[in-house]
Amino acid sequence: MDDETPVGRRAFLGFVGLGLSSLAWGGAAMDLLAQSTRLVPESMRSALPFGKGWRIYAVNPPHPRFDPATWRLRIEGMVEHPQTLTYAQLQALPQARQTSDFVCVTGWSVDDVRWSGVRVHDLLAAARPLPAATALKFVSAEEPYEDSLTLAQLREPDAMLALTMDGAPLERKHGAPARVVMPQMYGYKGVKWVSRIVVTDRVEDGYWQQRGYDRDAWIGGSNGR
Amino acid sequence: MAVDPRLALAAEPRVQRFGLTERRLHTIHATALSVLLVSGFALYLPFLAQIVSDRPLVKAIHLVAAVGWLAGLALVAVLGDRAALRATRRDIERFDTDDVLFMRRRRRGTAGRFNGGQKAHAILEAGLSMLFVVSGTLLWLGERNTDLRLPGTLALHDAATLLLAVLVVGHIIKATSTPGSLEGIRRGTVTSRYAAEHHEKWRPSPPASPAALAFTRAPLVMAAVVLAAAVATVTLLV
Repeated sequence: MDDETPVGRRAFLGFVGLGLSSLAWGGAAMDLLAQSTRLVPESMRSALPFGKGWRIYAVNPPHPRFDPATWRLRIEGMVEHPQTLTYAQLQALPQARQTSDFVCVTGWSVDDVRWSGVRVHDLLAAARPLPAATALKFVSAEEPYEDSLTLAQLREPDAMLALTMDGAPLERKHGAPARVVMPQMYGYKGVKWVSRIVVTDRVEDGYWQQRGYDRDAWIGGSNGR
Repeated sequence: MAVDPRLALAAEPRVQRFGLTERRLHTIHATALSVLLVSGFALYLPFLAQIVSDRPLVKAIHLVAAVGWLAGLALVAVLGDRAALRATRRDIERFDTDDVLFMRRRRRGTAGRFNGGQKAHAILEAGLSMLFVVSGTLLWLGERNTDLRLPGTLALHDAATLLLAVLVVGHIIKATSTPGSLEGIRRGTVTSRYAAEHHEKWRPSPPASPAALAFTRAPLVMAAVVLAAAVATVTLLV
């Protein structure tokens, strides 16, 4: 081998070129990898979310704790009968099931998440929103996180307040005991650790809208697209 | 009569291994990448994210470290001994037969100033640095404008992180398990015996007198520009 040949420089350029080309094919490779690791136990796969795995985003430590004995969900604002629900009362409402994808605005996603929970129609049945009500503000126990969705958006057939994920009660890191699931929008609209629902006649800017993100976060139809 | 081992060490002839510019570059690169790796893993791994759940703070640390890293490297290039850096790059990017043999059979005693493994490490880390800058910038932009989100950005940043972690761990193990090698980066010099044992073909120079960095006007102006750009970028990011 010729001592004067900059083999290393070529290796460097080749390595960078290969890496940059993965901007095009890396997503597909990640999907393939995710499929080929289906046999690996979920606990191990979730420890290293390479491919389609959950990444845990929160804004104010620590994650809120859930105690079934003391936890309450308040439904208030523009309603005829403000409600304070215990966890058992929330579980006693009609439970819907669905399988939907979860898409984060930062670029990752999780396919085929199995959720069960309460549709907004059933959630608000006892409280009876006033005719002028147009939106719900979901307030998280993780202050100051909150976000609003219009009642029209919440009538999408796959919007729900989820209590279980993949067949088990919501884990603490996923927002136990109840989180908003709005599969057609980016994940930041899905408030975790929901502790209060305020019925309003106008949509307020939520945590991420105050930081420049779109209010109507339709996947593929918002945040610059 | 007992001989103080420190005296014996001090009396041993030494040779210059890394100049001041190279050591500054290493300090900045190592410090910044440590912060970036630790904060990056706290953002990326669910079990760590659960412990360190102040995501906005960790993200700010990650971004500031990234800008500081690039600004620091630029400052060294502006203020430092560029001829020395070019000479080191030349050493690293040329592989001879002995380097290939070293990597294949781990044969010792035939390396020049850097052995094949050290060269490969430096090249991979330089390549990873480029990929981090590109994929990290795209991640940041993609959050703001989904049109700029490419299918492989996240995969590239994640894969580069895992590869870098392996490289850094290996680098630290090699550096701490080879007696005398840490002195090279800490003091800039190694003993002649170390040089002869590990880098047989290397013809080192005697220790240089600790020359100050040249503080002439043009590089200082450049340095001020780099610093101002870094501060402006950080303000924009955070």
